[in-house]
Amino acid sequence: MEELINVVDWSRAQFALTAIYHWLFVPLTLGLGIIVAVMETIYLKTKSEKWLATTKFWMTIFGVNFAIGVATGIILEFEFGTNWSNYSWFVGDIFGAPLAVEGILAFFMESTFIAVMFFGWKKVSPKFHLAATWLTAIGASLSALWILVANAWMQYPTGCEFNPATMRNEMTSFAAVALSPMAISKFFHTVLSAWTLGGVFVCGVCGWMMLKKRNLDHCWRSLKVGAWVGVIGIVLTMITGDSSAVTVAKYQPMKLAAMEGLYKGNHEQSIVAFGILNPSKQAFDDRDPYLFDISIPYGLSFLATHDFKAFVPGIEDIINGVTYDNEGNEINTVSYAERMARGKQLQEMMAQYSAEMTSGNTTLQDSLKSAINADFKNFGYAYLDKPEEAIPNVPLTFYTFHFMVTVGGYLLLFLLLALFFVYKPDILNKAKWAKWWHILAIITVPLTYLCSASGWIVAEVGRQPWTIQDLMPNKVAISDLSASYVQITFWIFAVVFTALLIADIGIICKQISKKSQTNLDTVND
Amino acid sequence: MSDIQENKQRFWSRVFHLYYDGFRSMTVGKTLWLIIGIKLFIFFLIIKMIFFPDFLSTKCDTDQEKTEYVRHQLMDGR
Repeated sequence: MEELINVVDWSRAQFALTAIYHWLFVPLTLGLGIIVAVMETIYLKTKSEKWLATTKFWMTIFGVNFAIGVATGIILEFEFGTNWSNYSWFVGDIFGAPLAVEGILAFFMESTFIAVMFFGWKKVSPKFHLAATWLTAIGASLSALWILVANAWMQYPTGCEFNPATMRNEMTSFAAVALSPMAISKFFHTVLSAWTLGGVFVCGVCGWMMLKKRNLDHCWRSLKVGAWVGVIGIVLTMITGDSSAVTVAKYQPMKLAAMEGLYKGNHEQSIVAFGILNPSKQAFDDRDPYLFDISIPYGLSFLATHDFKAFVPGIEDIINGVTYDNEGNEINTVSYAERMARGKQLQEMMAQYSAEMTSGNTTLQDSLKSAINADFKNFGYAYLDKPEEAIPNVPLTFYTFHFMVTVGGYLLLFLLLALFFVYKPDILNKAKWAKWWHILAIITVPLTYLCSASGWIVAEVGRQPWTIQDLMPNKVAISDLSASYVQITFWIFAVVFTALLIADIGIICKQISKKSQTNLDTVND
Repeated sequence: MSDIQENKQRFWSRVFHLYYDGFRSMTVGKTLWLIIGIKLFIFFLIIKMIFFPDFLSTKCDTDQEKTEYVRHQLMDGR
């Protein structure tokens, strides 16, 4: 058992490491793609060589990040096949279909038009080139869409039926998988947050160049687009964050409770604006969950349901299967103990189904299959030893969620101020504190990356212990490997990805430094 | 040769020159392609081949065997 826990922990750590490294490259590709496309559109409208030079500058940075980041996500698929083989078999074609669409449609679209984008300046018409730039940016987002659809299915499995004969889930509705509320909110929240990161990145690079007093006109041109894309991105990220919270409250209430460190829910539930968790707090003890907290009244009720009075269940309520309507009447949902019992019944039915496969009694098999699917949402609970096993890591979920929200609020202020300076440049140019603003812009870049990674940590840690929500916990999804085997590959990835990150940052910094010393008001090549 | 065939040939010739001239005139791109090449070599020929085999394929030959293996893992193994 200890070996199993070790394998699960190392495999999770490995997946987290590779996913976070992969995610360092992706949002900049998504965000800068849009920014470059907007810049080229302005160039085509104004026919100004200055805008062409600015477009080409950012296109180079986009290209470096794209080239270093490309294929880093493929590692995650290697891990599925080796470390998570039970999971890979169990999900069947549901995971495969969106990934196949991603590969065929989005990736080829992206990789075809990126060649025109970089090599086609003098080979194709300006309008065709602009179309290629937009299609590269859109292709990158479409690529993200299908990956996020696959991830959303793990958070909210829908549009499928379990086949006990093959032990695989089979897709019954592609539309239900692709357009699930979880997939929609995840896609928009993630892609729009990438716009924010792209905007902040442009502000940070311009901050550095302005600090060095290089190519100031180019910086103001870049800031105009970067700040606008960033502001639109952060405002829409907040709006989609709100809809994500409603979706999570509905389909993953345990995650929402962990995000807030909420053990006992209430009507008119407040939300923690700032808090320090009590590290010794456990579910069902009498300790206060917080050592210190500043809360906003009604906040969580409104965030989760858009109703100030609504009851928001805490961790203990969810485990006990208790919630209330707005009149205070108790509504019994299914307790985790009951779900565990139902899960075990499902396993018995599956064993019976297996036995019947040799007897050839298809009528009984069909009726067992229907019964299994009718209650399949409890399947994974059979593997829990106790209901408390279904509680995610509360401190990690709580702190990363609050970090993400706090930094998100800061980014809104920062980007609004950046936009203000774009239209009132004299205020910044004459200010004695201007250099501190430039330094702040530089610091904001890594802060935004941390914010973006925190969002993923909330999404993924908050749904533990499930690989597939309610259907398959990690300890069942994992392959029968040794922990030392996974440790070796963990460290190989740590070294390879760190080298790639150093190369990415190194080449981008070198390009920015080199190009900032040339005249970026004219086209140099 | 018909006009359609000529246009087709011209199209593919333009596509070829787009890539050929593009690769030839690259500056920073050459370093990036080198990194991409090294990366893909490490990912596919070292990491994938040595450390990341398809686990079920190493245990079973047919889909039926894979089904039974996973059934055992899910029903009895954990």
